[in-house]
Amino acid sequence: MLEGSDIWPPVRLTLQLAATTTVVLLILGTPIAWWLARSRQRWKEGVAAVVALPLVLPPTVIGFYLLLALGPDGPGGWVAGLFGGRSLAFTFEGLVIGSVVYSMPFVVQPIRNAFEAFGDRPLEVAATLRATPWDRFWTVAVPLARPGFLTAAVLGFAHTVGEFGVVLMIGGNIPDETKVLSVAIYDYVETLQWAQAHILAVGMLVFSFLVIVAVMTVDRRLKRGGS
Amino acid sequence: MSGDDAMGDVAFRGTLGAFTLDVAFTFPMRGITALFGPSGCGKTTILRCMAGLQNLPGCLAIGRDIWQDSDRRTFLKPHRRPVGYVLQEASLFPHLSVRGNLRFGLRRSGKRESDHALRFDDVVALLGIGPLLGRGTATLSGGERQRVAIGRALLSQPQLLLMDEPLAALDSMTKDEIIPYLETLQKTLHMPMVYVSHDIAEVARLADRIVVLSNGRKIADGPVTTVWEKLDLQSAIDRAEAGVILAVRVVRHDTAFRLTYLDHHGQELAIPMVDRAPGSTLRIRILARDVSLAIERPSGISIRNVLAGIIRDIIEEPETAHAEVLIDLGGAVVRSSVTRASVAELNLAPGHAVFAMVKSIAFDKLSLNLGLAGPD
Repeated sequence: MLEGSDIWPPVRLTLQLAATTTVVLLILGTPIAWWLARSRQRWKEGVAAVVALPLVLPPTVIGFYLLLALGPDGPGGWVAGLFGGRSLAFTFEGLVIGSVVYSMPFVVQPIRNAFEAFGDRPLEVAATLRATPWDRFWTVAVPLARPGFLTAAVLGFAHTVGEFGVVLMIGGNIPDETKVLSVAIYDYVETLQWAQAHILAVGMLVFSFLVIVAVMTVDRRLKRGGS
Repeated sequence: MSGDDAMGDVAFRGTLGAFTLDVAFTFPMRGITALFGPSGCGKTTILRCMAGLQNLPGCLAIGRDIWQDSDRRTFLKPHRRPVGYVLQEASLFPHLSVRGNLRFGLRRSGKRESDHALRFDDVVALLGIGPLLGRGTATLSGGERQRVAIGRALLSQPQLLLMDEPLAALDSMTKDEIIPYLETLQKTLHMPMVYVSHDIAEVARLADRIVVLSNGRKIADGPVTTVWEKLDLQSAIDRAEAGVILAVRVVRHDTAFRLTYLDHHGQELAIPMVDRAPGSTLRIRILARDVSLAIERPSGISIRNVLAGIIRDIIEEPETAHAEVLIDLGGAVVRSSVTRASVAELNLAPGHAVFAMVKSIAFDKLSLNLGLAGPD
């Protein structure tokens, strides 16, 4: 009834963006979560607050500042210059950076909670069994925090799929480059293409439902004491 | 620092919040040394400092190796100290199987498997955990968990085993299940242990030496049999638990009346029959409250154990009805808890001959050292 070519590019782009963002978030968020969970520095809660800021800031505010940062006159423009570009705004790479900032609290918080939940004991025991700090992190802390990582990955991915305000501010609406799902739905509604909007919206509904079920299942397993 | 090959040398002094620790003691690198005292006396802190999990100013030398010397800013990180550490809760890694837990320390011991003094199969057999190897840790019983934890610590090829109340979380039946393993460990592996406990029966049964602690300070240390004689342990032990430990020899069994006769420096004692061969030595505990005194050899009473001795000392507790009498049996000492009124009435004084009467029933099963020979 509809030619797929209109609908699939935004879906593909969205999945690509969410997957890339999730990987970057796990790589950046894990050390931050570890530091927040283990450090005894008094100012660590200040850092925690900065990480959590996107939870309460309007997406358009984040988007506005990101636009300035990624634009030709900001650090993003300087970085883009190294690769022969003019700006990171309105590019896929810019979207990844924006999504990482925006979804950071959804990844850091579950991992931090998981690191805090098992306490010092397993790490101390591992230390008396000759495991170095690096060894302890990979062979004890990460496996014990596995449910936290799962929750973090699912939430980071889903939150990136659903973002709209930030994307609109820094990504615009360029097909195959920055036109993601949420923007496409907005587009279809604007141009009164209700059928296409419906298909994407129902898809998002089902996807969101599955995400919630997945997170709850992981949570329940965590409370039962893991595997 | 003693620098002695066969000694551990411990000295820590520092504060943790409102708690001040100030102790120094040495222990031989063989047998079991108990750190004994009420909860909050600092024994666990000492063990954590020895493992390097806590850094209080002080010195720690194990044999010729210096693990900590705060004056020279030497502090060996916990993963560089060859200790095995066993906690009250077994703290097995929940993401690993029993085998995975056991192999965790083994793989990191820094030695090739052929050089291991403690081999995987031997330790598994010794602790009887072979049937558990493939299981997860969640389904193990308390006693099984603790045996696996001990095995895991041993397989990291330690020079010294640190045990922090390894039996405290277990019920008394499970305790009786674990203690023989600890005794076997001691007998077959000769692994030196520092053993933290607040349980007198446990210390009496297992330890060779004891360091008594109170409020972060050492109040006595030495071989367990001699330390127990000292009256000033009272600050660490409540009156009901006060007593002495005697090393005795099994003489013969009376199967008709189910009694075992023991010899203590020429004097005879009878206890309910125990399964030990004549000639073997064992340690018994006599509580001060189970010893009463007479100034003539008593007759016509039901008490079977009458020991002749000389009063060495009498300590009256002011403001109470109680007095502690120390009786020299010619080689060892027993304590008797009597009233101050009796001391006055019987005209008891140091140097006087007395007879100490011990009820047979005072030799409870837990205080019998069934696995280990006496220290002599």
